[in-house]
Amino acid sequence: MSVSVDPTSEKPSGTEPAEALRPHAEDAFAAELAALAAQDDRPRPARWKMSPWAVATYLLGGVLPDGTAISPKYVGPRRIVEVAVTTLATDRALLLLGVPGTAKTWVSEHLAAAVSGDSTLLVQGTAGTPEEAIRYGWNYAQLLAHGPSRDALVPSPVMRAMAEGATVRVEELTRIPADVQDTLITVLSEKTLPIPELGQEVQAVRGFNLIATANDRDRGVNELSSALRRRFNTVVLPLPESVEAEVDIVARRVDQLGRSLDLPPAPDGFEEIRRVVTVFRELRDGVTSDGRTKVKSPSGTLSTAEAISVVTGGLALAAHFGDGVLRSADVAAGILGAVVRDPAADRVVWQEYLEAVVRERAGWTDFYRACREVSA
Amino acid sequence: MAAPVSAEEAAASEGGGPDPAAAGRPLLLGVRHHGPGSARAVRAALEAARPRTVLIEGPPEADVLIPLAADGDMRPPVALLAHAVDEPGRSSFWPMAEFSPEWVALRWALEHGVPARFIDLPATHTLAWQRHEEPEEAEEEAEEAEGSGEAEGRPESAEAEGGCAVRTPGLGDGPAPDRGRTVERGEGGAGAGGGSGVGQGSGRAEASADGPGDADGSGADDEGRGSGGVDGGRGSGGVDGGRDGLRRDPLGTLAEVAGYDDPERWWEDVVEHRATGTKDPFAPFAALEEAMGALRETYDRDAATPEDGRDLVREAYMRIQLRSAQREFGADGVAVVCGAWHVPALRRKVALAADRALLKGLPKVRADLTWVPWTHRRLARAGGYGAGIDAPGWYAHLFASRDRPVERWLTRVAVLLREEDRIVSSAHVIEAVRLAETLAALRGRPLPGLSETTDAVRAVLCEGSDVPLALVRDRLVVGDVLGEVPAGAPAVPLQRDLDRLQRRLRLRPEAAERELALDLRKENDAERSRLLHRLRLLGVEWGEPAASHGSTGTFRETWRLRWEPELAVRVAEAGVWGTTVLAAATAKAETDAAAAGGLAQVTELAERCLLAALPDALPTVMRVLADRAALDTDVGHLAQALPALARSLRYGDVRGTDTGALAEVAAGLAERIFVGLPPACVSLDADAADRMRRHVDAVHGAVGMLDEHVDLPARWRAVLRVLSRRDSVPGVVRGRAVRLLLDEGELEPGEAARVMGLALSPGTPPGDAAAWIEGFVGGGSGGGLLLVHDERLLALVDGWLTTVPADVFTDVLPLLRRTFSAYEPGVRRTLGELVRRGPGKRGREPAAHAGTPGFATGLDERRADAVLPVIRLLLGLGPDPGTAEDPDPGTAEEGMARDVTSREGTASDGTASDGTAYDGAADDRMGDYGRGDGARAGGVKADGETGGGALAGVGA
Repeated sequence: MSVSVDPTSEKPSGTEPAEALRPHAEDAFAAELAALAAQDDRPRPARWKMSPWAVATYLLGGVLPDGTAISPKYVGPRRIVEVAVTTLATDRALLLLGVPGTAKTWVSEHLAAAVSGDSTLLVQGTAGTPEEAIRYGWNYAQLLAHGPSRDALVPSPVMRAMAEGATVRVEELTRIPADVQDTLITVLSEKTLPIPELGQEVQAVRGFNLIATANDRDRGVNELSSALRRRFNTVVLPLPESVEAEVDIVARRVDQLGRSLDLPPAPDGFEEIRRVVTVFRELRDGVTSDGRTKVKSPSGTLSTAEAISVVTGGLALAAHFGDGVLRSADVAAGILGAVVRDPAADRVVWQEYLEAVVRERAGWTDFYRACREVSA
Repeated sequence: MAAPVSAEEAAASEGGGPDPAAAGRPLLLGVRHHGPGSARAVRAALEAARPRTVLIEGPPEADVLIPLAADGDMRPPVALLAHAVDEPGRSSFWPMAEFSPEWVALRWALEHGVPARFIDLPATHTLAWQRHEEPEEAEEEAEEAEGSGEAEGRPESAEAEGGCAVRTPGLGDGPAPDRGRTVERGEGGAGAGGGSGVGQGSGRAEASADGPGDADGSGADDEGRGSGGVDGGRGSGGVDGGRDGLRRDPLGTLAEVAGYDDPERWWEDVVEHRATGTKDPFAPFAALEEAMGALRETYDRDAATPEDGRDLVREAYMRIQLRSAQREFGADGVAVVCGAWHVPALRRKVALAADRALLKGLPKVRADLTWVPWTHRRLARAGGYGAGIDAPGWYAHLFASRDRPVERWLTRVAVLLREEDRIVSSAHVIEAVRLAETLAALRGRPLPGLSETTDAVRAVLCEGSDVPLALVRDRLVVGDVLGEVPAGAPAVPLQRDLDRLQRRLRLRPEAAERELALDLRKENDAERSRLLHRLRLLGVEWGEPAASHGSTGTFRETWRLRWEPELAVRVAEAGVWGTTVLAAATAKAETDAAAAGGLAQVTELAERCLLAALPDALPTVMRVLADRAALDTDVGHLAQALPALARSLRYGDVRGTDTGALAEVAAGLAERIFVGLPPACVSLDADAADRMRRHVDAVHGAVGMLDEHVDLPARWRAVLRVLSRRDSVPGVVRGRAVRLLLDEGELEPGEAARVMGLALSPGTPPGDAAAWIEGFVGGGSGGGLLLVHDERLLALVDGWLTTVPADVFTDVLPLLRRTFSAYEPGVRRTLGELVRRGPGKRGREPAAHAGTPGFATGLDERRADAVLPVIRLLLGLGPDPGTAEDPDPGTAEEGMARDVTSREGTASDGTASDGTAYDGAADDRMGDYGRGDGARAGGVKADGETGGGALAGVGA
C-alpha cells in the first residue's frame, strides 16, 4: 500500500478517472454530488460534505429545486437508506447485511462518497486480513534506521479516516478472523486508536465513521462478538421486491454478459428468464408467486446473481449445442445445480417443488419434463 | 380554567380566545377515532369547558349502559355490541379502548356527574339498514373479509325469542334521562373506527363497508404512527372520513395536497404534533373543524352514494339530539364528541322540519345492546374486526405515558427482548433512542412515531432481523390486552342464539347427565350433532362424545350430555368470537388453526370442522394445513396427519359435506410424503425404523382411501418399490414395502421369493435379515398365514434360520420372537407343524405348468370335497354332494371363495384351500376377520371350522 502518512494526500493512484475501468463513485457522479452540495441548505454534521437529507436524496434519486435530476443509486425501500444515513449521522457504525448480490458494497461506496467525498478508504476483509490492516503497520526501513516514530508508522485506512474525520469502509467483515475484528471495538466505542509503541494515540475527529458489509449467509464464518456487534446499527438489504424488477435486472445483465462472451442474442429467451426468476424467487421466499402454496427453501442463496449465471449458462448451451433458442432443457441443469447444494435435503426440496408446484402449472409442462429428466 | 368558550369558535374567529359572541354554540369536539392524541385533547377540552352534558357519537339505545362504564369491573378494551334481537348474526360493534376519545369523554362525564348521552342514529335503524344492504355488502365484504361468510346471516333464525330485550335492570336510572328510547345499555362508543362493522355472520366487521358506521377506515390506517403522544394537546380529528378508502378519503386528500404519501403521518405531524406549543385546549379542534368544513363543502356537492345518504340521515338525527340537549342544558352547556367528519354538518343550521323529514320512514329492527369484552388483537386490523387501528398497544402506550414516550417504549421493547433471551443492554436502548430521534429529524417529523421507533428497534435491538421484530409487533405494538365487562352486563347474543337453537332442536340443557344417541341420517339429529360439535370447539363442553353401543356405523353418534352452570360463563366468554354459534365456532376454528402447534393438531381441527359443519372455517384450516405440511420436514408428522385427513374425507361423505378442498390437501400431503419418504428412511436406528414402518403402514392405508386421485396408488407403489430395493433402508421397512407390494399384487410370481432370498442371503447381516422378516411377515397383518400358505417363503425363512451362526443366533432371537409371537396360536401351531414335517413333503418344487407359485400342482380332492358342503350351504344349493364337473376346479374354487368372502367376510379362513387362501391373506382385514370368526361359534362358522380342521388335517 502506497499510503502516505500525510492525511491530505491525494488518491493513491494517479490514474485519470476517465481511464479507469471502473471509476470511483465520487468521480463518476461528481456532478450530482456537486449540485447536491451546492443547493443543500440544511444543517450538515461536522465534516460531512452535505446534509443527511441530501445524502439520502443522492442514493434514492430525485429532482433538485433547480431542476438537476439525481439518478437513483439504490432501488429499494426508502426506509433502508434513511436508517443507514441516520446511523452515520449519529456516529454509530453501520453494518450492511445481505445475501450476495444485494448491492451492499455499492451502497456503502456511495454512502462514503456522498458523506465524505471519498470512497477509497477501504479495508477488504479476508480470512487473512491482519491486524495491521485495521490499526497500523511499520515501515521497517525507517523503523530500523530511526527507531519507532510517527514517521515509521504506516497508517491503515481506519487510522487515516479517524485522523481526517472521514468514512472508512470494511468489506466482508465476517470473513476477518475474530481476533482481528475485535480491534475495531476500541475504535468504535472509544473512538481512539492507541499506539503503545510510541505512547501515543490517534483520536478520531468528528465526522469519522465506519461502514461494514457482511454476508448474511456467512454469519457462521466469523460471527461478530456481541461486544462488537452492539457497536453497529444493522441494516439488512433485501432482495429485489418484485418479479418484474428482478426479471429486468437479470435480462439486462445477461444481455451485457452475453455480449462480452460473444454469445448470440436470445430473442425468445425472455420466457425462460422469467421462469428461472420465478423459480428462484419462489424457492427463496418459500411461497409460490400467487401466494397460495408454501414450499420449502433450499440451503443455497438463490440470489439474483445466480439466476443471471443460470441464464448465461443456458444461453451458452443453446448457442453451442442447441438451436440458438433458449429452451427449458438449457436452463434445467443450471437450475438444478443452483438449487441442490446439499445433495440430501435440497433434493427433497427440489422434488417437492417440482411435484407440488411445477407439475400443476399451466404452460410449464416442457419445463417440468426437462427438470424431471435432469433430476432423475 | 373557566374557559367557557367552545372550541369551534376559536376556530371560527381565528384568534381562538374566549369570544363572548360565540357563546351559545355547542362545543363540538371532532376526533379521530381511537386517536390517543384526540383522547387527550378531548379530556383537556372538557376539563376546560366543563360542559353540563356530554353527547357522544354512538347508538342512543346504549344510554342505559353508560353507568356500567364506571363499574370497577369494567376494563377497556370493550365494545358496545348491538344486534338484531331475532337475528343475532346481524350486529354492529363500537369498540372502545382506553385511549379512545369516546371512552375518555364517557369516563369524564361519569366522574364529574355530568349526564352523557349517545346521539348517533339508533342501532334499531342502522341494523335494519344492514339488512337492506346485505346483498351488496355481501360482495364487498366477501372480498375483504376473505369469505368469512356474511352469508350466514342465518335468515332462518326468525324465531321470535327476540322479544326479551335484555334491558338490564338496575341500570335504568342512567344519568341520561331517557328520551323515550328504550335501549339497552350501551354506551357508545365511539364510532370506533370501523366500528360499526356490519356484523356479518361471522361477526367480523371489516372496516369498510359498514353501512351505518362511518367506517373510518382512514382513521388509523397504516402502521401506526401513533400520535406521538408527547405533546399535550393535539386534537386529532377522527375524521372518519375515509368511509372507504377508495371512494373518499378526506385525510388522504388533505395529506396529498400537503405532499404526504401517508395520510396518517400527515395527521400526526400537522394536527397532533404541531399543537404542542399552543396552550389553548380548543385550538386543535377549531383548526380541524375548519379543514373538515372545507373538505365537506367540496365533498357534499358531489356526494351520491348510499353511504352519503346515510351520513346525512345520521347527521340529521345528531342535530336533533343536539338541539334538544341544548334546550335542556343551555346552548353552551353541551359538548359533543364525534368523528371530525361530522363536525361541519352538526354546525350547519338546518331547519328542524327538514331534519325530521329525513328521518321519516327509516326501516327498523328490534335491537339489543350490551357491552362485550374486547381485545387489542381484535382492535388491530389483523384481528378481523377491523377497528382499523394497527397499533393499539402503541396507542395505549402513548396515552398512558406522561412523558418520554419513545424512551419508555424502547425500554419496554428491551425488557421484552430480554425475556426472550436476547442480549439487550441499556446501551442498546440509548442508541435506539438516538437513532429514532435522528431518523425523525431526517424525515422532517417533529417527533419519532411508531415507524421511526420500529426502524430503530430493527437496526439496533434486533440486529437487522425481522424475526424478533415480529415478536415486538405481536406483543407490544398490538399487545395482549383483554378487556373485561362486569357481570351485570346483559347477555351476549351468542347465549340467545344458543337458547334458540336449543329450543328448536328440542335439546334442553339439563344438569343431570344423560346419554343421547343420534342418527345422523335424520336432519334433526344431524343438526344436534353439529351444534354439540360446534360448542365443543368453542370450549363449551356440554356434550361429550361417547362410544356408541351396538351399531358401529358412521351415521351413529352417542353423546353424554350434562349442562353445568359454569357453562353459561363459557358461553359468555365465547361471545367474543361471534354472535351466533356458527359464526363463533367458525371464527374460533380459524384462530385455533393459526395458533395450532403441530401438523397433527391442524388435521384434528380439520376433522372437527367437518364434524361441526363449518364450511367457512375449512378453507382457512386447509390453508394452514397446507402451509404446515409444506414446511414440515419430518415425514413422520406428515404420515401421521394423512390418515386423519383420509378419515375426514370419509366422514365428509357420510355427512354430505363438500370435501373437495380436503381431498386436494390430502393429495398434496401424500405427494410430499412420497417425495420425502425414501430419503427419510435411511440411517435409522431400530426404534426409528419401527416407527417408520408404522408410518408406511398408515400411509398405505390412507392412500387406499384417497380413491379420487387415480394416480396416487401407482405413485405410492413406485415409492414402495424404491424403498424395497434400497439397501440403506432398514430391513424392517424394506420388508414391509415388499409385503405391501405383494399384497397389492404388484410382484411378479416368484418375485417375492426372489426378493426374500436376496434379503436373507448369507451376505446380509443376520440382524438385518431378521428385521426384514419382521417387516415382511411381522405383526398382526396376516403374515403368519402367508407363511403357512406359501411354502417357498416358509422354506426360505427356515433355511435362513439354520444358516445363522450360533453366536449371532441369540442376537436375532428376540427379533424373531417378536415377529412370530404376534401370530395367533392356530397359525403358530400350523407353522410349527409345517416346519417339523420339514421341507419337501408337499411338492416344494412347483412344476413349470403349475398355477400359483408356492402351492401344489394338483388339486387335493379330499380337501376340496371337505369345503364343498359349506359352499353349497352358502350358495343355497342344497346339500347334494354331487360331483364337481368343473374343468378348471382351481379357478372356480377361487372365484367361489372370493364370493364367499365378499358375502360374509368370515369364511376365508375356513374355505381356504390351497388355491384361495392366498387371496384371503392378501387382504389383511379380511384375513383378520376370518381368523377371528373362525374362533367363534355360530351357524356358518361351524362349517368354517370344519374347513379349518380340514386344512389343519392336511398339514398334519
